[in-house]
Parts: sequence; structure tokens; C-alpha cells
Amino acid sequence: MADKRLRILVAKPGLDGHDRGAKIIARALRDGGFEVIYTGLHQTPEMIAEAAVQEDADAVGLSVLSGAHMTLFPEVMRLLKERGAGEIAVFGGGIIPDDDAVKLKQMGVRQIFTPGASTEDIVKWVRENVAPRT
Amino acid sequence: MGNKKKWLETTYRQASERPVRFSTVSDMELDPLYTPGDVTGSCDDAIGNPGEFPFTRGVYGSMYRGRLWTMRQFAGFGLAEDTNARFHFLLGQGQDGLSTAFDMPTLMGYDADHERALGEVGREGVSVSTVHDMAALFDQIPLDRVTTSMTVNCSASILLAMYLVVAERNGIPWERVGGTIQNDMLKEYIAQKEWICPPRPALRIVTDMIEFCARKVPRWHPVSISGYHIREAGSTAVQELAFTIADGICYVDEAVKRGIGVDEFAQRLSFFWNLHNDFLEEVAKLRAARRMWARIMKVRFGAMNPKSMMLRTHAQTAGASLTAQQPINNVVRVAIQALAGVLGGVQSLHTNSMDETLALPTEQAVMVALRTQQVIAEETGVTNTIDPFGGSYAVEALTDRMEREANDYIRRIDEMGGMVKAIETGYPQREIAEAAFHFQRQLEQGIKTVVGVNKYSVPEEIPIATLKIDAAIEERQIQRLRKVRRERNSAAVKEALARVAEACRCGENLMEPICEAVRRDATVGEISDIFRAEFGVYKDPGWI
Repeated sequence: MADKRLRILVAKPGLDGHDRGAKIIARALRDGGFEVIYTGLHQTPEMIAEAAVQEDADAVGLSVLSGAHMTLFPEVMRLLKERGAGEIAVFGGGIIPDDDAVKLKQMGVRQIFTPGASTEDIVKWVRENVAPRT
Repeated sequence: MGNKKKWLETTYRQASERPVRFSTVSDMELDPLYTPGDVTGSCDDAIGNPGEFPFTRGVYGSMYRGRLWTMRQFAGFGLAEDTNARFHFLLGQGQDGLSTAFDMPTLMGYDADHERALGEVGREGVSVSTVHDMAALFDQIPLDRVTTSMTVNCSASILLAMYLVVAERNGIPWERVGGTIQNDMLKEYIAQKEWICPPRPALRIVTDMIEFCARKVPRWHPVSISGYHIREAGSTAVQELAFTIADGICYVDEAVKRGIGVDEFAQRLSFFWNLHNDFLEEVAKLRAARRMWARIMKVRFGAMNPKSMMLRTHAQTAGASLTAQQPINNVVRVAIQALAGVLGGVQSLHTNSMDETLALPTEQAVMVALRTQQVIAEETGVTNTIDPFGGSYAVEALTDRMEREANDYIRRIDEMGGMVKAIETGYPQREIAEAAFHFQRQLEQGIKTVVGVNKYSVPEEIPIATLKIDAAIEERQIQRLRKVRRERNSAAVKEALARVAEACRCGENLMEPICEAVRRDATVGEISDIFRAEFGVYKDPGWI
């Protein structure tokens, strides 16, 4: 499976419509050679976990700009575990204060990108840190 | 023209030029110099005088010599009481109009106790589920003297009804209530992405509100046609101009089709523009917008009253231009953007706070933002003379060019069958995503600079204080909502909701039935559920 293309689900949970970042990341990851599935806006954690399993994703990137990240990230991770897909790498970005980012990483979120992160850095991080699920 | 060509080929060619791309933030390439030959229209037709058609130089005869713009800071967080306290603080600091930010559940038509509201109550704005919350929000605020702007769209009909019911309970007749509700649904599908039902029924509700306000709430602006969010989503300045004016055309078309005379409602349409970093481009955009709207209203819609041709506007500095890095630099960005707005002739202005890329603003940060407007108004002297950029070769040439390029977009949208059709095919959405991606690439390639982000960055950021929203307010709001539900007459609510549903089906104007439902304590979520059931739910097509 060494040359299997990584499948990344870019997901936008929450009620807000700030999808500029998610779309740019989705496009940059696609240009970076990954298979990208973008969920569209207003997804519930259930919808995201379900899509990750259905789409056989290797990683889920969550974009959160509503301030609800401390509710949404843990919930998506819990639901992935519940579906036996706890090994799917969860990463994300948005308006996330540093101390919250530390807490999220302690909960198992693999990486948090905050404003100013370049798409190149994100593509590089995915390439180096996400492995295909077996 | 010959003179400019000669100068370019001789003097300019011999001079040095830095190896950078000389283009606006929207990547519009500029000439090194503009001369009289670059300005197209004749001075009288295209530029004119302030307060006269085509209003390029300003909608009012004396502009800021007559009255300064309204300083209107957008505020809202937590419970209604928290935001009410911020309103009183702002009015005490010399602000003259209110502007309300609602939280995401309210904006999307969910009550505070809906599962989709979890973690979002009171976080990005104030939570309003019932008319009691609205009453607490405007407690001790004279609704006949202070004008209020409410930023809400797909649930706007419900929030306006609540505001009007609070006014009537305070003994203020609807005719004396003044303000603005954003209620621009078309730009929701294009950019901000807050919706309940698909575009066509949404447009019907907007038209109901235009009709209702024209007849019952004459001082109210029922739609604020907004470029702000289009720009925040990553559009260029020309796209912001084009899509916003095209949205305006669509609303006017719908209201006219409804049988409302253009001069009966057009003077109550207002606009809302973004103020981005590129100074001259922004001044030109505002001037071009006024001229375009005036010509469209006169020629395309046959308006007779000059007031129907005046593009009166609120503006806000560009949130997306602010940086989380070295956030104090944002004070400078906001000042320059606000100055562009003033030189562009806006009627109302919000200046962002330096900490808004991190969280909702602290009181201290909001005060600096308001003071920025006061410094511009009372120290810089730019208010002494009207449209000081008028006649600048560069600004006039840019104004002409932006009008031309925006009109090209509008022509394309007309050919598609209008803005609703264009939205349904994803045309403006894709154009914006393309522009956003282009800018991001230019940033990463160093073609464009953001100070403190891709240039002049510092290894260690100095943290600034930010506002924290107490998580306990969610529970308090839920308890309050449940108390209202327990104590109301549920049969009366049910009956009122059935009336709203009936109005949805038979095409009767929705506003009176919604006002009655609100009086009987129907909630934002319950009335939105009627829309969901009657009109269906719109789903994001997720175009990348």
C-alpha cells in the first residue's frame, strides 16, 4: 500500500460559515497530491465521523472559527473511536488560542494550525505525519 | 495620452523601478502615473457634485460638514444583559448608533437548547431565543431615538418582529422605530453562508420584509446589501462591487415584480461595504459604487426620486486583513482602512478592534477602535472638504476602471438569467474561491506582504489580553428559555405558528403572522422550523 494516495477529509463543523480557510486548505492538499473530500459547511460531529469512516479517510482536518473548538474536536474524536476508527489522524485549524491548542493536543489532536500557517507547511505536515490506514 | 506615453518611454524608463509587482491587494496592476488622458467620462456627467446625480462625490450636499458619519460599533456576546451593558458603555463613550451581533444559533434559526447550539451559545454574539431576550437586550435604550442595526439574515424576519414587539411594548409606535436589518440573503449563498431554506423562498421572505417595512415601518432599512462578507470570503474589490450591486438589482427586481413602486422602497435600501488595506482601491470602489447604483436605479429601473438613486452605506474595516501575529499592528491597519472609508464618503462606520483575530474584543480594544474614528473625525481635518480625492487622475481612473470591470460581471450575471441563477450554478462562489486562493498563493510566494506574518515576523509573540466567554452562560440561557416555554400559553403559540405556516403556503406577507407568533412567545427555533418544513433546507454544495 506504499503508493496509495492519502485520503484526507476536510470538514467544517459548527454553525458558522467561515469556509475560506477550509476551501484553501482543501485545494492546497489536492494540489499537494492527496485525495481530498470536502464536507461542506454546517456539519455535526456525527456527520463528520460518519463521512470519515464511509470515505475511508486517513486523516480528518477540522476547520473551526466559531470558538466552539473545545466542544467539537473532542466530540469528533470520541465518535471516531466509537466507530472503531480512532486511528484516523485528527488535525485542524482556526481561531484557536494557544492554551486551548495545548489542551487539544493533550486530548490526542495531532496538530493545530493557527492563522498565518502556510498551506505549504500544512501539506508538508500531512505528508510527514499521516500514514495510510491499513 | 501622448504626453504620458512619451514620459513612460523616456523619463520613467531611465529611472529605477523596484523589482516588485505594482498591483493592488486585489492584484489589479496599476500604471506608474495617471494623467488627465486616463480619466474617461466628462467631469459633469461622471463626477458631478456632492448631493447630485450620479453622486460620485457623495450622496449629501454638505457631507461631513453637515453631519459626521454614524459611529456604529458592532457588539454582542453572552446573555442579553451582557450585551446591553456593552451598549450602554458604547453610548456613554460617544457612539451614536447601536449594532447588534447575534450568536450562531440565533443567526441560523436554532434555539439555545437545540443540539446544534451546543458550545455556541453567546460565543460569537448575543443569544436571543424569545422576545424576552430581545427586551433585555434593549433595556433602558430609547428605541425611538437610537437607531439600531441588526446583523442577521436567514432568521431576520423573526428578529425584526421581536424588535418591533419590544418597541410596541415600550409604547413606541412602529412608524418611529428606525434602524437597519442586514437581511441580505443572496450574499449568504455567495459568501457568509448562513441560511435555512434555498435561495428562492429566502428571497421571497426578504421581499415580504421590504414590502412590510415600506408600508408599516417607514424609517426601517429592510435590507443592507452587503459586499462586506463577499470580500471577507476572499473576493477582489471589483468582485465585491459587482456581486453586491448585482444582488441589489435582484432585490429591486423582486420588489417591483411584487407591484411595489420603485420610489416607494428604494430609498430604504442601504449598503454595507468592506474597507480593506489597499487605500486608493477602496476609495475608488466606494465612489464607483455610488455612481453605478445611481445610474442603474435611474436608467434600468426608472426611479424618479433622487433619493432612490442614492447609495447610502455602512462600512466596516476588513476583519480578514487583521493578523493574530503582533496584534497591536492591527490598530494601524484599522486606522488606514477607516480613513479610506471616510474619504470614500460612508454614512456609518465600524472599526474593528485589534484583538478580533483572537477572540471577541475586550472593552479596552473596542475603545481604541472607537477612538480611531473620533481621531479621524475631529483631529485629521479630512472632514473639512468634500470628496478631497475627486479629480485625482489616479482615483478617477481607478473609479472608472472598477465601474467598467464590475459592469462586465453584472452583464455576465444578467446573461445567466440573474443572480439567483448565477448562485445556483455556483458562479460567484467559484470566482471568490479562485480569488482567495490566488491571494494566498501570492502571500506564500512573497508577492504580497502581510507585515508580521510573511515578513518582519518575530520569534516570540507578546500575548495580549482577550475576552473569555463564560461557558456557564449556555446553561443559564437554556434555563431561561425553558422557563418561557413552561409559562406561555402553548395552545396560543401553536395556533400562531400554524398561521405562519399557512402564510408560507398561500403567499401572504409573512411579517404580521410572525409578529403575532413572537408576541405569544414563539421562539426563533420554532418559527425557523416552520420555514424548514414549508420551504425545505438548503445544503452547502461544498464547491472547492
